[in-house]
Amino acid sequence: MVTNVTNFSRSGLSDWLIQQVSAVILALYTLFMVGYFLLHPELDYIAWHGLFSHTWMRIFSLLAFIALSAHAWVGLWTVITDYIKPTRIRFGAQVVLIVAIFVFLVWAIQILWGA
Amino acid sequence: MLQVSIYRYNPETDSAPYMQEFQVDTQGRDVMVLNVLELIKQQDSSMAYRRSCREGVCGSDGMNINGTNGLACITPLSAVVKNDKLTLRPLPGLPVVRDLVVDMGIFYKQYERIQPYLQNDTTPPAIERLQSPEERDKLDGLYECILCACCSTSCPSFWWNPDKFVGPAGLLQAYRFLADSRDTAARERLAELEDPFSVFRCRGIMNCVAVCPKGLNPTRAIGKIRELLMENAT
Ligand code: SF4
Ligand code: SF4
Ligand code: FES
Repeated sequence: MVTNVTNFSRSGLSDWLIQQVSAVILALYTLFMVGYFLLHPELDYIAWHGLFSHTWMRIFSLLAFIALSAHAWVGLWTVITDYIKPTRIRFGAQVVLIVAIFVFLVWAIQILWGA
Repeated sequence: MLQVSIYRYNPETDSAPYMQEFQVDTQGRDVMVLNVLELIKQQDSSMAYRRSCREGVCGSDGMNINGTNGLACITPLSAVVKNDKLTLRPLPGLPVVRDLVVDMGIFYKQYERIQPYLQNDTTPPAIERLQSPEERDKLDGLYECILCACCSTSCPSFWWNPDKFVGPAGLLQAYRFLADSRDTAARERLAELEDPFSVFRCRGIMNCVAVCPKGLNPTRAIGKIRELLMENAT
């Protein structure tokens, strides 16, 4: 057993599972978005605003952002532990990563519910 | 004439490793890479490499042959040599003791970690623990591993974290004991493996499968361990 404290869920198994599930959610969201753009070639602000005024769209988007945050945390945590060996720099990079994810997520929530 | 380029390093006399060139006359025959090494040893007796069985059984002559890990004794020149050029290097990612001899300490440590022996807490029967032919079949493709380390030393995940990631060889053996009907320690074994490194650092690159000289499939065994972990935890 290798101990870890800065990975997303403390467990390799649930990190892995979260990675799989969030990948599916992100794929669905991407498909939806691509489909939406194809169906609305002349997209304007009103239509775009209309789409995001639906509660389901906000929930779907928030779900996608949370999935993206988890996915990025698990994935980049892995990359950092592969390539950055000195503990201080590695830990520093992990803190920057986690703080950045937090900031982007709160910002995304504000955009979704703010407008 | 075969042009052979070999990684040389003697920490007692060399400040850095270097490649040495040899010319070897194989008399046009398709010999094994190990035969070439023996001919070179006649030219330069300071050349160091490991070998024992010379028939792919002991696992001691794993090395990097023209860029791919393999056993020198069962790799014919025709399988690896193009344009009469042969390059031999030690297994990547492990400390070099001398020339083609590497320190396998960390590889064995990972093997030790998965407790490669049967554990059973029930009362032993009078003679032996029996297995049905079907139960025995589950061990095929697992027990044949000769611990040559060709797989683990071709695995990038093992290069970066050899102290934390068990590596394909160790994980194949971990599954060999998880799959054994006579072993009762599955839960403890799985608990040891569920952290983000031991198993989950495998990224499915399948370098291990590509090089195993015994044709074994560590990636499949790793997938089975993941399934068992899931079964246990969901
Ligand atoms: S799985 Fe294959 S390559 Fe890996 S140590 Fe065993 S025999 Fe060698
Ligand atoms: S499949 Fe996994 S164990 Fe095999 S080489 Fe790739 S990362 Fe390593
Ligand atoms: S010498 Fe034993 S495996 Fe090659």
